[in-house]
Amino acid sequence: MEKRGLIQRQEATLLDLRSYLFSRQCTLLLFLQRPWEVAQRALELLHGCVQELKLLEVSVPPGALDCWVFLSCLEVLQRIEGCCDRAQIDSNIAHTVGLWSYATEKLKSLGYLCGLVSEQGPNSEDLNRTVDLLAGLGAERPETANTAQSPYKKLKEALSSVEAFEKHYLDLSHATIEMYTSIGRIRSAKFVGKDLAEFYMRKKSPQKAEIYLQGALKNYLAEGWALPITHTRKQLAECQKHLGQIENYLQTSSLLASDRHLTGNEREYFCREILSFASQQAGSPGHKIVLPMHSFAQLRDLHFTPSNAVVHVGGVLSVEITVCSQMPVPVHAEQIAINVHFSIEKNNYRKTAEWLTKHKTANGIVSFPAETSPFPTSQNSLPALELCEMFERSPSDNSLHTTGIICKNVHVLLRKQESGASLEAPSGAALEAGAHVLKCTAVTLEPGPNAITFRTQAKEPGTYTLRQLCASVGPVWFVLPHIYPLVQYDVYSQEPQLHVEPLADSLLAGIPQKVKFTVTTGHYTVKNGDSLQLSNVEAMLILGHEENRAVIYSNMREKASDAALRVQSSDKVTSISLPAAPAYHVIEFELEVLSLPSAPATGGESTVLGMTEPHGKHKDTQKGGHCMATMDHKVSIDCPWSIYSTVISLTFSMPFRTTHSLLSSGTRKYVQVCVQNLSELDFQLSDSHLVDTGDSTDLQLIPLNTESEQRIHSRQAVFFVWELKWTQEPPPSLHCRFSVGFSPASEERLSVSLKPYTYEFQVDNFLTLYSVRAEISPPPGTELCKTGSLCSLEVSITRLSDLSDADKDEALTEREDYFSTKLMYEVVDNSSNWAVCGKSSGVISMPVAARATHRVHMEVMPLFAGYLPLPDVRLFKYLPHHSAHSSQLDADSWIENDSLSVDKHVDDQLDSGSVQSRGSTRSVASSEHKGLPMPRLRALPPGQAFNASAGTQVLVIPSQDDHVLEVSVT
Amino acid sequence: MGWILVTSATVILFLQNYPLYIRSVPTENELKFHYMVHTSLDVVDEKISAMGKALVDQRELYLGLLYPTEDYKVYGYVTNSKVKFVMVVDSSNTALRDNEIRSMFRKLHNSYTDVMCNPFYNPGDRIQSRAFDGMVTSMMIQVC
Repeated sequence: MEKRGLIQRQEATLLDLRSYLFSRQCTLLLFLQRPWEVAQRALELLHGCVQELKLLEVSVPPGALDCWVFLSCLEVLQRIEGCCDRAQIDSNIAHTVGLWSYATEKLKSLGYLCGLVSEQGPNSEDLNRTVDLLAGLGAERPETANTAQSPYKKLKEALSSVEAFEKHYLDLSHATIEMYTSIGRIRSAKFVGKDLAEFYMRKKSPQKAEIYLQGALKNYLAEGWALPITHTRKQLAECQKHLGQIENYLQTSSLLASDRHLTGNEREYFCREILSFASQQAGSPGHKIVLPMHSFAQLRDLHFTPSNAVVHVGGVLSVEITVCSQMPVPVHAEQIAINVHFSIEKNNYRKTAEWLTKHKTANGIVSFPAETSPFPTSQNSLPALELCEMFERSPSDNSLHTTGIICKNVHVLLRKQESGASLEAPSGAALEAGAHVLKCTAVTLEPGPNAITFRTQAKEPGTYTLRQLCASVGPVWFVLPHIYPLVQYDVYSQEPQLHVEPLADSLLAGIPQKVKFTVTTGHYTVKNGDSLQLSNVEAMLILGHEENRAVIYSNMREKASDAALRVQSSDKVTSISLPAAPAYHVIEFELEVLSLPSAPATGGESTVLGMTEPHGKHKDTQKGGHCMATMDHKVSIDCPWSIYSTVISLTFSMPFRTTHSLLSSGTRKYVQVCVQNLSELDFQLSDSHLVDTGDSTDLQLIPLNTESEQRIHSRQAVFFVWELKWTQEPPPSLHCRFSVGFSPASEERLSVSLKPYTYEFQVDNFLTLYSVRAEISPPPGTELCKTGSLCSLEVSITRLSDLSDADKDEALTEREDYFSTKLMYEVVDNSSNWAVCGKSSGVISMPVAARATHRVHMEVMPLFAGYLPLPDVRLFKYLPHHSAHSSQLDADSWIENDSLSVDKHVDDQLDSGSVQSRGSTRSVASSEHKGLPMPRLRALPPGQAFNASAGTQVLVIPSQDDHVLEVSVT
Repeated sequence: MGWILVTSATVILFLQNYPLYIRSVPTENELKFHYMVHTSLDVVDEKISAMGKALVDQRELYLGLLYPTEDYKVYGYVTNSKVKFVMVVDSSNTALRDNEIRSMFRKLHNSYTDVMCNPFYNPGDRIQSRAFDGMVTSMMIQVC
């Protein structure tokens, strides 16, 4: 109230006026039950006054203002507390806490000012200042003088002794921290805590300070505040140094030494701290201090040589890493090591040479993501969201009923945030003791990037994974606990192998062919004198040349050297002496081999073809025989590295396919041999011979071939013809051997003489027994045949020879020196030019005597106009029924024709058969009568029947009343 | 998320309490500003959570005075995407009233939007835009 008087007397100072106004406001607000506004306004007022005093440059003794603020804060707080109950105060801490912290702050600065915050206690200057301040406070107000506790008393007490100050300051600080924490203002609480820590450090009780510093640091780290982190770490380092927590101190020091926010000198200081510690402890081995690597140095990239990181057993692998040293000064590391985890690859195939050549990483450099150095915890390390669309369709009508976005890596994102808090923890920086370590000793790491090369000789095959990187400086080990992304190299071991493969697609028999030998040495070292022993195969020769050379390649397919190859042949073994080659190399050489062109035995490949042979059959064999005949030669090779021999099968193909056929012209006989070249090469054929291997001496083979040398082009055929002549009765069968010399047309000179190609075959029943002649004559009275009008067909079958061996079979019947045989004839017109009227087939009894002739008349009707070929006349032997043989006649064609004909007589078993078959399905006709005694038919061998009218044509003119003229020209 | 602008002082932009951009003009006391801004985030959080109850469209982005200290005033602003701008102003600078601060924040917000529109900018990275720097500098000069 005296202030009111002062104002009335106009003697009030600015501060007095303010105080007065504020006290009135307070009274009003308290009346209004708004005590919280008082706290806020008090804070504003105090700030404002302090500002204004500064602006007005009012001179006050140091600390006086702080005393005033401190007292004011506490007074206001006391006043507020006085009018509210506990619960209200607790629920409104948010409003009052500002005042509390302000008061704490002020008390702290007073403490520093008066030398109360130090180990030694205040000096005389400090004491003087304290006395001044205490005097400046004046006497306590009478209102509070009697209370035991008042802000005035508190301040006075606090300033009067070190212990009291400590007590009051701690009380205030703890109260403030508690309040901040309770309303969730963690950051503010940490900040006050840091002040407290500073205080403790001053009082030389670092163990108490540490917890506050750690708390604050954790908070800053989690939120990525670089400067506060650095500052707090510095404080922490000092604290840890006092506490003697060597490991923690060194760790903090290493972090500080790499901190870019510090000055060079400071960083150097912390670095030296580490180094000096390391040198001190160098004498006492055994004790290791493991620190995380990332503050010391960062792994940037890694480079393998060979670049695919695959090496054979015994090979040398080098790993070059680039490490970026974070230290401000060069650091000498005694050893840098990479711990390697070894695992045996189960699937051994993957580690072989084939795999090696396919699998190649891009130039062998592995880069590591640079750690975000200023923000070790930073948000940047959060992985990006992986979103994908999701459509769900209803199964019934495929309409869209749900759609959405799915975050695929939720688990990663969520886990990151949780674990973000515990980053400072030295997470598993444990040293892994592994048997496999890549080492590099005495390395000086300059600040910035350093390249370090590790060399290792691969020992056991398997996969090696680089796990840890550690650098040791004395007893201090900097460890990178996990190298990520995963880096590994493979060591493989390979068995020596021999591959033999033809140079071309297929090997041709009869001419020298090149075969490539590939020796993959694997783990075996080929010495001088090692040789491959090839067991000889009779039909295959190995041709050794003087100029044979072997080329040695390294594992990476680089040519290493070449050397001459010595091939020695004895009658059983061919020995190839290999040039000396180191392990994991490849020796390649080529050899020429020659397989003898032995023709396949007659039968399978070549069929006996005659002129009268049905056409369809011919085609079939052609289709089937389009590929070359092959021969396999098995060679067993003894390799020096193995006690077992390797058996290699070489397949040779015959370049030729040969067929033969017997041609007849009346009674004259010709043998035709057709040589087909199936290969891609052209050949020169020479010296063709056909010899009779039988014993008949009176047989003559007269070659009709004019040229002695002939070129046979790829995929073409050459025919050779011989006329067969005999003087006496010829043998029923003829054994022939065809041989022709051949050589590749492209090569001028061959070092070896080539064996001729031979082909053996047999011709049976080549004598002509019957001549069949067909003739068509126009109807009487007309000159030419007309379409639609019946013409007569006369077939005359003439026996050309007397009884011979070929006739002796079941069909032959003997009756008093008179021999006859049953033949069946059949008129077939496959091209449907003719309609056969009446019986198209019949059985005749043919006397076995020369000149015996049988004539058959029948009527045919031309269906088209033009020159028509005559219908075919076929002859069969008609054998009496015998057991349950089904007819040898091609049932289909026979019945087909039969159904065309008009059946008249049922005099024959054959006919009755055909009548029956007409009702049922044709194809099963013969099988239905399997049980019945059926006569059999046998086609005459092609040489025995000669069709004299083959190729004859008859002119047919169209009938006049035809409006449509159909002309068939065949 | 936020900013600081100390009178001729610092601008910080945070994302999830990570500073995205810090700038202070009297650089000698930077550490103090950092501590101050960091502490003021408590109040920002408090204000935002109190505001969260209000309807979205009625939300005032400007948070007002966060935290007066003896020498400085700390103002806050939060964007709809919860990027916080914090500005620290010298208390002695009486020319700066609420309205000026508000318009400065709006300018910062516009500029920040431009930065975000840059397709090469990854949200969450520190801001290194020259245009943004220039704008902040001009604002600080104006304040001095």
